[in-house]
Amino acid sequence: MEGFPILSLLTFLPIIGMVVVLALPKKLELGIRYTALVFTGLQVVFAAVLLANYNYAAAGIYEESSFQFIEKFRWIEIPGVSWLGTVKIDYFMGVDGLSVPMILLTAIISFIAVLSSWNISKSVKGYFALFLLLDTGMMGVFVSLDFFLFYVFWELMLLPMYFLIGIWGGPRKEYAAIKFFIYTLFGSVFMLLVMIGLYFSAMEVMPDGSKVFTFNIIAMMDPSNFTVEGILSPFNPNNYRFVAYLALFVGFAIKIPMFPFHTWLPDAHVEAPTAISVILAGVLLKMGTYGILRISYPIFPEITRDLMYYIALFGMINIIYGALCAMAQRDFKKLIAYSSISHMGYVLLGMASLTSTGINGAVLQMFNHGTITAMLFLLVGVLYDRTHTRGLNDFGGLATQLPVYTGFVTVAFFAAIGLPSLSGWVSEALVFIGAFSVESIRTLTMISTLGILLGAGYMLWTLQRIFLGKLNEKWAGLKDLEFREYAMLVPLTVIIILLGIYPSAMLDIMNTSVNTLVDFLAVNVSNSASIGLLN
Amino acid sequence: MSEILLINLSILILFLPLAGFGVVILFGKRFSKLYLFEQGIITLAFILSVIVAVVKLSSYVNQDILFAFTWIDFGNVPMLGELKIDLGIKLDNLTVIMLFVVNLISMLVHHYSVEYMKGDAKYNRYFAYLGIFTFSMLGIVLTDNILMMYIFWELVGLSSYLLIGFWFEKDSASDAGKKAFIVNRVGDIGMFIGILILFATYQTFSFDAIYEKISMGIIPFDSGAWLTAAGILLFMGAVGKSAQFPLHVWLPDAMEGPTPVSALIHAATMVAAGVYLVARIFVMLTADAMLVIAVVGAFTSFIAASIALTQNDIKKVLAYSTVSQLGYMIMSLGVGAYAFAFFHLVTHAFFKACLFLGSGSVIHAMHHEQDIQKMGGLRRKMPLTYLSFLISTLAISGIPLTSGFLSKDGILAGTLAFGSLTGHWLIPIFGFTVAMMTAFYMFRLVILTFHGEPTDKHKFDHAHESPRLMVYPLVLLAVLSIFIWYTPNPLAPNQGWFLSSWVKTPQTVVPQDLRFEFMQSTETGTGIVHSEMYEHAMHWAHYPAMILSVILAGLGILLAFMMYQWKKISPDKFAEKVKPLYNLSLNKWYIDEIYQSTFINGTLILSNFLAWFDNTIIDGIVNGSATVTRLFSRISGWFDNYVVDGFVNFTAFFSGFIGLSFRRIQTGKVQTYIVFVIFSVLILIILL
Repeated sequence: MEGFPILSLLTFLPIIGMVVVLALPKKLELGIRYTALVFTGLQVVFAAVLLANYNYAAAGIYEESSFQFIEKFRWIEIPGVSWLGTVKIDYFMGVDGLSVPMILLTAIISFIAVLSSWNISKSVKGYFALFLLLDTGMMGVFVSLDFFLFYVFWELMLLPMYFLIGIWGGPRKEYAAIKFFIYTLFGSVFMLLVMIGLYFSAMEVMPDGSKVFTFNIIAMMDPSNFTVEGILSPFNPNNYRFVAYLALFVGFAIKIPMFPFHTWLPDAHVEAPTAISVILAGVLLKMGTYGILRISYPIFPEITRDLMYYIALFGMINIIYGALCAMAQRDFKKLIAYSSISHMGYVLLGMASLTSTGINGAVLQMFNHGTITAMLFLLVGVLYDRTHTRGLNDFGGLATQLPVYTGFVTVAFFAAIGLPSLSGWVSEALVFIGAFSVESIRTLTMISTLGILLGAGYMLWTLQRIFLGKLNEKWAGLKDLEFREYAMLVPLTVIIILLGIYPSAMLDIMNTSVNTLVDFLAVNVSNSASIGLLN
Repeated sequence: MSEILLINLSILILFLPLAGFGVVILFGKRFSKLYLFEQGIITLAFILSVIVAVVKLSSYVNQDILFAFTWIDFGNVPMLGELKIDLGIKLDNLTVIMLFVVNLISMLVHHYSVEYMKGDAKYNRYFAYLGIFTFSMLGIVLTDNILMMYIFWELVGLSSYLLIGFWFEKDSASDAGKKAFIVNRVGDIGMFIGILILFATYQTFSFDAIYEKISMGIIPFDSGAWLTAAGILLFMGAVGKSAQFPLHVWLPDAMEGPTPVSALIHAATMVAAGVYLVARIFVMLTADAMLVIAVVGAFTSFIAASIALTQNDIKKVLAYSTVSQLGYMIMSLGVGAYAFAFFHLVTHAFFKACLFLGSGSVIHAMHHEQDIQKMGGLRRKMPLTYLSFLISTLAISGIPLTSGFLSKDGILAGTLAFGSLTGHWLIPIFGFTVAMMTAFYMFRLVILTFHGEPTDKHKFDHAHESPRLMVYPLVLLAVLSIFIWYTPNPLAPNQGWFLSSWVKTPQTVVPQDLRFEFMQSTETGTGIVHSEMYEHAMHWAHYPAMILSVILAGLGILLAFMMYQWKKISPDKFAEKVKPLYNLSLNKWYIDEIYQSTFINGTLILSNFLAWFDNTIIDGIVNGSATVTRLFSRISGWFDNYVVDGFVNFTAFFSGFIGLSFRRIQTGKVQTYIVFVIFSVLILIILL
């Protein structure tokens, strides 16, 4: 694999697909669909190749040399702009144990989302072109190690998403699309400010010995790379890092979405077409938590330590508040959207623990939530395609009419409830184990366990309202699953069961990096404390 | 037989029913006879478990056989060092006895159901569910660590949910399934927090490893209160699963499931899992935790028995009697009578399964009539069902020569001893009262169902003894409810092999200042010897307990005959006299209603409020800020349009105006200019 640009390939494969789609005549709808399917399928294949060649023992996180599949070259160079010095921006990609699970997730979910988009009939060409562009944006976020590049991909995915909701969405699509767009953009502005602040604070040593400002995320993790007077330098006595941390956190929190920044999500989900909901819940939300782990945590370890209680607090609020809101919903999709908020709370709680078990649980939960919630949205879509309604009280007794479909729903629901032997439980349990072992957030953790009770409550209630009881005669003619639907549900089911029984398959990928991250945070906090940087 | 082979066999026993489930659930639609596969599998599992039990109890009776593997390896974790999560199985005497009990009853229920469920539309799926239940239950039994127990614990919850709601077309059935799962989850949260406490302290889930560390004096967060808390929280899991007050409410509703399921899951095995859990954690229970457990058990057995007195649904009576008997077992563990608790678990499993299957036989014969007031005289029609039902009733009432007498007597003696040692006399008072109530309501059930004259002539005429496949389990289970299988001397359970060599109270590991004084025991070369004071108290309590319990049971039976057989006392008039108490019992102490109006409605109101809050306030702020932004943009638009641009335009306009004004002057006529000049000069002259 030496020298083979697999990360660029993974990232830009969809763009090639997009070009092909654009080149195809508009009439050739089936061809366009298959093009998208082939390119996302190839992405899955290359993700598998990446995994096969991935060295589980290399840590990454703060050590550039232990990242894998690195691609690094000068991308933009503007020599000697007055006081700015030379502006040098790198095209810098690489992966470690935090990103590989996300890459796998993105590839799998994108492929399945194409399958679930098969019935899109409104301007197919435009849809799939935008879809593939979105895919590139997502993949790019997870492989970038240069903040500038990261930001470019982060913004890149915004545009297609806006149109995909705004054009192919439901009745209130314009409102939902605008809300999503502005909300995310609002967060991006903060991120941009912090990024520029960090750029003017951190310097990287060039091979020739000169020092230049840098967007290199890894370089920003080393306090010795900061200039003393840099605005976000740990040596700067006016500690602006705290404010910067909050700003950056808000940028990421909107994506998660963390209470109280979450209200764009239910609207976006309800209006978005099924496949886009799948992408949204399956991949996009993970960018927020990924960003925190990749950027906020290691660049600002001392502030992370100071704020861990509050991160856990918001995790707990997400869990409980999301679950209670879900319970009150009457729209199937909105219910799943709120449950998604609740389940992302576990990620926050696990991250806040700053322990290996907790962060392993959090990253695993990101993956598991991606597959489980994606499956839930697919299942909502399957039902909506047939009945054109999502009202929880419009159904009843469907288990009699659709036994196979009900079987898949049961698996997905119980995975979401956290039934042991299915993947969701393992990550939740690890999150709790990690969070409980930290004294300061122990009470919050105990309150959070109520989430698994509330989850069982609203999920089983939903199951009952839709599937149990006497069959509502209105739906006596419904057909059970077809081949394409099997093709999208079976892989997810297999993953959910497999990772429930053998979670090490995923944990082993991330474990070394997570341990390194935890260690790095602990060591850096004590280092900063010893040189008197902490107040 | 080697240890490795035993381990392999038990792993095979564990996974056989899972294979049955997998095959039948996937292909059951295509092949209607596939249930036979599940039948074969469970029969094989039973035969293997007999082999394992016999070998273990004969060759390895004082030796545990262990097997563990690493499930998750976290490697070298910062601050903690090497961290792993191991799973594994442990074969001790408790385990192999449970293997036998679970597989036996599961097999009998499988066979019985072939007839009972005949004609059901989801016939194959029913057997698949029985398979996954058996798998989950065996997992609980075999595990050597608390995490794996939790995993299978939840899986048992799932299979219970599926089986209670098997006839999900009925709303009552789907409600009951949901209720069972959610109520159990309440207990499971406690259990899970208990597990978290243990793992946070010991970095292991293995029972043995944890107990070793406790015995070295390492306790959670260096506080005895936390050790007590851990014990009580783990016990909460048992409160849910074994239907103890205040979480007992799901079990009576669970009777919505098919009756063989009630026999297997909601009487003999799954509900006993809670007792099994407490037995597993027995050695780490502090004095405070034990007292809580004893009180919960005693109170549960009392409240359930008091409700059973007035119920008219044959399955509901049995359900409450199950709750009551489970309370006995829990109480027994709480008072330190560990061996008798487990003994009662086993004897109860047989006679209660027999009672439930017997009630199924009756229900089957009466065309799904469950109201005992519409029955009567059935003993003539179904003699074998009657006889086995009667033997089991004698056993549950604690009449000598039955298995129930042996185990119940031991429990009651344990409570008496506990009372004398600690002064908590309320517990034996509850225990003995319940013994009388049990005899009464069980004989009320027998008399109303089988004795006297039929009340529903039509249904009675059509009633008939059940087919052989349904009757043989009844007979077998009734036979197992006789003393001879457990001890040669029907009055002295201690002399039997069950208690003298198989099941013995283990040594507590709790630090001295946190445990009851009498729990002091010493381990000698031959086994565990209890403290002298405990032996003494037990010895003292043995005969009084036996005599008192037999007298009380006899009184209960006599009262039942007086009321329902000989009709010397009118039950209605008696009920009238104690109206408030009667209503309390009939309405199950109104506990469901209380829960509905507090917890359930409270949660629903809160959730609706938060949904409103989310939609109106939080999202209102978002939309509000959008509106404000739009307003500002409109204001600034107006400002831009009228003020900024207005100024520009005004300037233009002004210059235009000036221009226009001055244009008038600039007429181009010399005469006018001369007039202006003259006027100007005049003004200047005047001014100057």
